[in-house]
Amino acid sequence: MNKLLLTVAKRLGLGLFTLLVISLIIFLAVDMLPGDIATEILGQMATPDAVAAIRAELGLNLPIHERYLDWLGGLVQGDLGNSLATDRPVASLIGDRLMNTLYLAGLAALISVPLALGLGVLAALYRNTLVDRVVSVSSLAAISMPEFFIAYVLILFISVQLGWLPSLSKVDADQPWLDRIQLMILPAITLTFVTCAHMMRMTRATIINLLSSPYIEMARLKGLGPWRVIVRHTLPNAWAPIVNVVVMNIAYLITGVVVVEVVFVYPGLGQLMVDSVAKRDLPVVQAASLIFAATYILFNLIADVVSIVSNPKLLHPK
Amino acid sequence: MMQRINDAQVHPILEIRDLVIESQGRPKGKRLVDNISLSLRPGEVLGLIGESGAGKSTIGLAAMGYARDGMKITGGQVLFDGVDLLSLPDRQRRPYRGARVAYVAQSAAAAFNPAHKLIDQYVEAAVVHGVLSDAQAREEAVALYEELGLPNPETFGNRYPHQVSGGQLQRAMVATAMACRPEVLIFDEPTTALDVTTQIEVLAAIRKTIRDHHTAALYITHDLAVVAQVADRIMVLRQGEMVEEGDTRRLLEQPEQTYTRDLLSVRNLHKKESAPDDTVLSIRGVCAEYHRGTQVLKDVSVDVEKGRTVAVVGESGSGKSTLARVVTGLLPPTEGSISLHGETLSPRLRERDRKTLQRLQMIYQLPDTALNPRQKIRDIIGRPLQFYHGMQGAALEKRLRQLVDMTELGTDFLDRWPAQLSGGQKQRVGIARALAAEPDLIICDEVTSALDQLVGEQILNLLLSLQRDLGMSYLFITHDLGTVDAIADHVVVMRKGQVVEQGAKSTVFAPPYESYTRLLLDSVPEMDPAWLDHVLADATPQG
Amino acid sequence: MMISEKPSTTTDGHLAGHDARPSVGRKFTRAVIQAPLSAQIALLVVMFYLFVIVFAPLLAPYGEAAVVGDAYAPWGGEFWLGTDSLGRDILSRMIYAARNTVGITFIATVLAFVIGSSLGMVAAVTGGWVDQTLSRLVDILMAIPLLIFALLLLMIFGGSVISLVLIIASLESTRVFRLTRAVAMDVAVMEYVEAARLRGENMLWIVRREILPNILAPLTAEFGLRFCFIFLLVSSLSFLGLGLQPPTASWGAMVRENVMLITFGSITPLLPAAAIAILTIAVNLIVDWFLNKTSGFSK
Repeated sequence: MNKLLLTVAKRLGLGLFTLLVISLIIFLAVDMLPGDIATEILGQMATPDAVAAIRAELGLNLPIHERYLDWLGGLVQGDLGNSLATDRPVASLIGDRLMNTLYLAGLAALISVPLALGLGVLAALYRNTLVDRVVSVSSLAAISMPEFFIAYVLILFISVQLGWLPSLSKVDADQPWLDRIQLMILPAITLTFVTCAHMMRMTRATIINLLSSPYIEMARLKGLGPWRVIVRHTLPNAWAPIVNVVVMNIAYLITGVVVVEVVFVYPGLGQLMVDSVAKRDLPVVQAASLIFAATYILFNLIADVVSIVSNPKLLHPK
Repeated sequence: MMQRINDAQVHPILEIRDLVIESQGRPKGKRLVDNISLSLRPGEVLGLIGESGAGKSTIGLAAMGYARDGMKITGGQVLFDGVDLLSLPDRQRRPYRGARVAYVAQSAAAAFNPAHKLIDQYVEAAVVHGVLSDAQAREEAVALYEELGLPNPETFGNRYPHQVSGGQLQRAMVATAMACRPEVLIFDEPTTALDVTTQIEVLAAIRKTIRDHHTAALYITHDLAVVAQVADRIMVLRQGEMVEEGDTRRLLEQPEQTYTRDLLSVRNLHKKESAPDDTVLSIRGVCAEYHRGTQVLKDVSVDVEKGRTVAVVGESGSGKSTLARVVTGLLPPTEGSISLHGETLSPRLRERDRKTLQRLQMIYQLPDTALNPRQKIRDIIGRPLQFYHGMQGAALEKRLRQLVDMTELGTDFLDRWPAQLSGGQKQRVGIARALAAEPDLIICDEVTSALDQLVGEQILNLLLSLQRDLGMSYLFITHDLGTVDAIADHVVVMRKGQVVEQGAKSTVFAPPYESYTRLLLDSVPEMDPAWLDHVLADATPQG
Repeated sequence: MMISEKPSTTTDGHLAGHDARPSVGRKFTRAVIQAPLSAQIALLVVMFYLFVIVFAPLLAPYGEAAVVGDAYAPWGGEFWLGTDSLGRDILSRMIYAARNTVGITFIATVLAFVIGSSLGMVAAVTGGWVDQTLSRLVDILMAIPLLIFALLLLMIFGGSVISLVLIIASLESTRVFRLTRAVAMDVAVMEYVEAARLRGENMLWIVRREILPNILAPLTAEFGLRFCFIFLLVSSLSFLGLGLQPPTASWGAMVRENVMLITFGSITPLLPAAAIAILTIAVNLIVDWFLNKTSGFSK
């Protein structure tokens, strides 16, 4: 048991370290920016005095490691600095939008995970049959399409021609729950298409791989029925790889959300980030990148921990 | 061996008639099993023997009405107690599998599900087939574990497969197969992956179990000496066809077919010891470790003299292959030195010059991975000629032809790809590649253990004749004492990283024996059906 | 199984020359004839795209950025696919966009492969601290979601074609590195590689002669897949307004420029998106076919 805890702790430590390095990369990347944040704020016409004043105010005179530690300290306390474009605290800009993004990704995951796992297992069980081919080819098509293509096709048919659902998803916190969900359906379906296809293909490959192991042959030679072979002999070993697949795709969902949010004008973090990149609003971009990266790392960490915990060799050491 | 059942009136429990199994993949339609018929009476053991590609495992699985992916049973009948398993739908075939006919696989480590406890996997078949209740099955499991000599039988089953050693796991698999007291057991090379000293325990356990429970069995193996210990009758197979079948003793003593005679004579190669000469390679006091603190070699000293073969023999974990890595410089020793013709070598491969590297060559265990599949034989053998001797053009071509000639391959092999060669031919290319460098010493790492016995013997003969003609010296690493007898002048016995004993073959392999050497020698099965009985009778009673 | 070929007549010391099998062209033709219908159609589609890319200036009726008519002219007549908000011919822009988008993707993919696969092979062959350093670095870079990283870097380095290509290539090269390292690692433990090491061969030789020829199949498949990923990334960035800058035509940007039309029920904005989807599907189908073929061969 100790070894298990140690492995998990190691993994967590590594995740934390990665996050730290990434914060440094993001900080340095912005710091390397040609020109200067001060001129960036004031424009090219600024007087040297004004620039110097702003630099002092922003602490740009300090040595780089002090600035990084300051920034990091602020981050930990939830102080992400002020937006250059609106001068509002970044934290307040991001808060609601982050929740919106998480809702959308959550809804998409709720649809796509069961669907993908079901289809993946089905395709694996009936491999090389018509069912398998249809599922495989259509999933291949789905992962080959850009998200905005799927999104606009849905808008064209479901919103414009049929008029069932709105083409814009401008949700806000005051709306009742049901209305918000209704607005989120189209973006969620779009996201489902792409992630579901990925997950399904990976699930199928995982199961097929497991089905060729000698202990599955042994189970069949024991005279066990196909159902028992799957439930009792395949699934306990499929857990780790499948959770891995699911989590990786949820992580992808959260970043894949960017394009979809832009298409549906959904007020999420992705849309904010794209807007801020266009406006060169550095603190917002910095914060948003860090949040996206942190989420991504967190999910990968979960996948790792699940696969460690479900490994019988670590669970029951010699 | 006692002939337990020889009553022609008794109906066979298993009868296979005109079985044909074809390959589904590439090459499609190839007959893997061609018109095989056999019958097995209750309590009788039939040995299926043959080299790789003989179709023996495929027949074993077919006896359960099962064919692996890529194979298809296209003809014949498999009658179990009079019912043709092949004509039944899958649902009706299942009650037979695991309950009346059960399977013991070659690698128990792969065939046990890693996610479940051993006892749960024991109980499963009995409960699913409704033979026993869960509690009854658990009780019987403990009894059977005890019968098979497993340690702490009450708690043994609570372990997971990875927590148990190879020999124990193999016995646990025999127990699991016995759960429903099947009438027929299929053993598919159940001792092949084990060390000799472990093999003998498992073999004894298997024989005791099937005799005590009066179980009929198909025993599949490539090793005639092993099958001679358990089988009443033996069927010799070759490339999916039957060569001959007969009573064990009759087949061993008066084989009718030349192929069977070849198989029988395979261990009769014996090299006469040659006199010591100048020392070529000298290993002095070598210690080595892969991870700090876990020594895999402890103070090993070995000399190899010109034109002689030094065999390093030991079981897995003895450090014999590590010794080869140290000599080649892949693993620098923590202590000790290696010298070639009196000249001390740098411990690291990177620090050795081309001249040194050329003088030490290596031949590998697995011919499939020893040759780059994307290079023609010409390039594989030609590279050392170019690299060490700068050969070009006509000189290169001439030398290439000589080398394939020396390794008995023929010049048309030069333009083939490795995939077009058989295992033995690939091994010859490996030898030619080593010879091309014109080395002082060749390290042979288990060079015959991946080959069929007949092919392995040809390779040994080739190595011997090259030694005679060229005065080549070999450091020969092997786990197989038969091979040692065939090729060695000097023997080094290793165990757990240390040299247990070394000396001239005639002294090591003659009384008085060192105790571990004796254990090894006693564990090698002989072609005599009474061998196992003798060994078990001689063995001092212990666990 | 291959039948033994006639002995080569070359007797010079140049060993590499023997690899050339004379029937590569014929083998390919035969493979295409035996290929499933989906792969055959996909090959035709890719050939059509290549044709358009090569002959773009001849095929396009108008210039890439030329304003030639009224805004939002309908389909038919002078402008087959109508005009955009500035009055540029949509068909012409579609054709030029093929060149721009596919061209950039191709260059970025090649670059990502040159960087990623050479470092991946070096890491696999060298091992030790070189491998550890490179692998940890790649782990960290891959922990940042690609699109987010690309957005961040594009903001910093600006949206010129060169920085676009360099940013995408270096980010995607981490993925190529990981795959190459994994497959090269499988080969590097083979005994024939050890034999080459023991012979005293240098790393370059081992990588070129022992490793590369044996991982060519998975690398080729990965090239196809990577091309698709990069293509979708470039298109997404253009769609977000951060890829190729106007007035250069690109399919992603064209969707964005004409998106207004969709509210009127016109499918015009979907055309460039469909152009992206069709090419990606075709390349994926070819990769699938290739993988099926080679996986059977190598095992």
